[in-house]
Amino acid sequence: MMFDSWQAFFAMGGHGLYVWMAYSAAAALLVANLAGLRAERRRTRRQLQGQLRSGAEEGSDASEAP
Amino acid sequence: MTLKEFWHRLGSPKWFYQMSGPWQRAFAILAVLLIVVGMAWGLAFAPPDYQQGNSFRIIYVHVPAAILAQSVYVALGAAGVLLLVWRMKMAQLVLENLVGFGAWMTALALFSGAVWGKPTWGTWWVFDGRTTSTLVLLFLYFGLYALRRAIPAREAAGRACALLAVVGVINIPVIKYSVEWWTTLHQGATFKLTEAPAMPASMWAPLLVNVLGAYCLFAANLIAKLRTAILRQEQGTAWVREWAGREARP
Repeated sequence: MMFDSWQAFFAMGGHGLYVWMAYSAAAALLVANLAGLRAERRRTRRQLQGQLRSGAEEGSDASEAP
Repeated sequence: MTLKEFWHRLGSPKWFYQMSGPWQRAFAILAVLLIVVGMAWGLAFAPPDYQQGNSFRIIYVHVPAAILAQSVYVALGAAGVLLLVWRMKMAQLVLENLVGFGAWMTALALFSGAVWGKPTWGTWWVFDGRTTSTLVLLFLYFGLYALRRAIPAREAAGRACALLAVVGVINIPVIKYSVEWWTTLHQGATFKLTEAPAMPASMWAPLLVNVLGAYCLFAANLIAKLRTAILRQEQGTAWVREWAGREARP
């Protein structure tokens, strides 16, 4: 550990603003990336399941592919 | 399975989907482990630079982001060649699904560079070789995004984007050698294939961990995007319908 206290860690020897801006941008990007991937996946799954259900109700088979 | 067989199967979206679930999980776990360890190491355990002090720790964000920004573009160029020459189906999917990630990584490289430049150079931005060529890289990503949306026919859009991706690769060596060709504020490369790093191991080891983590993130992200895109592209086929039926049961 290169810092004596949490205050020293957050202050980063006076460069805290810059260091934490860079790291928080990276963290925000990673979280947003993961959330975006999961949302896209969920949307696709719902859509495909919806198609499957509407296909089943009409009693049709693989004929109504878009 | 021979390499040739593997290559042929990689061109099949169905095969890729069925095989890639465990790959995605492995790369995602590795990415999280490496990035968490690398960031904590870089923030708290690496020694401060004797000139730059603690602002030097931005390197652990900036360099991996910049390496990914360029690697993603090279991957797009390679996919472009595969699409233009062999009409590989998976190459089209790669071209369609990698642009956003590359653009965000380039934006992160530029942003972290700016906040590192302020305490180190005394300015957020300077139009020199490295920064300008990286800005051009961001505009190339924007170009790929816009071109795809400007052409309604998917196949034609794919070929146009492939061409732009391949031609744009010329910018990558410009970025790489910009710090040698022109007078610049930007420092030289940290990692070189031909010589040992100029910084001590206590500084470059966490950087190496972060760069490896970044590549794992790249792989996990690409596989995840491709898997979702494959389901959309192949909807209506028997195996996707089967998948949707299976996923419906909790």
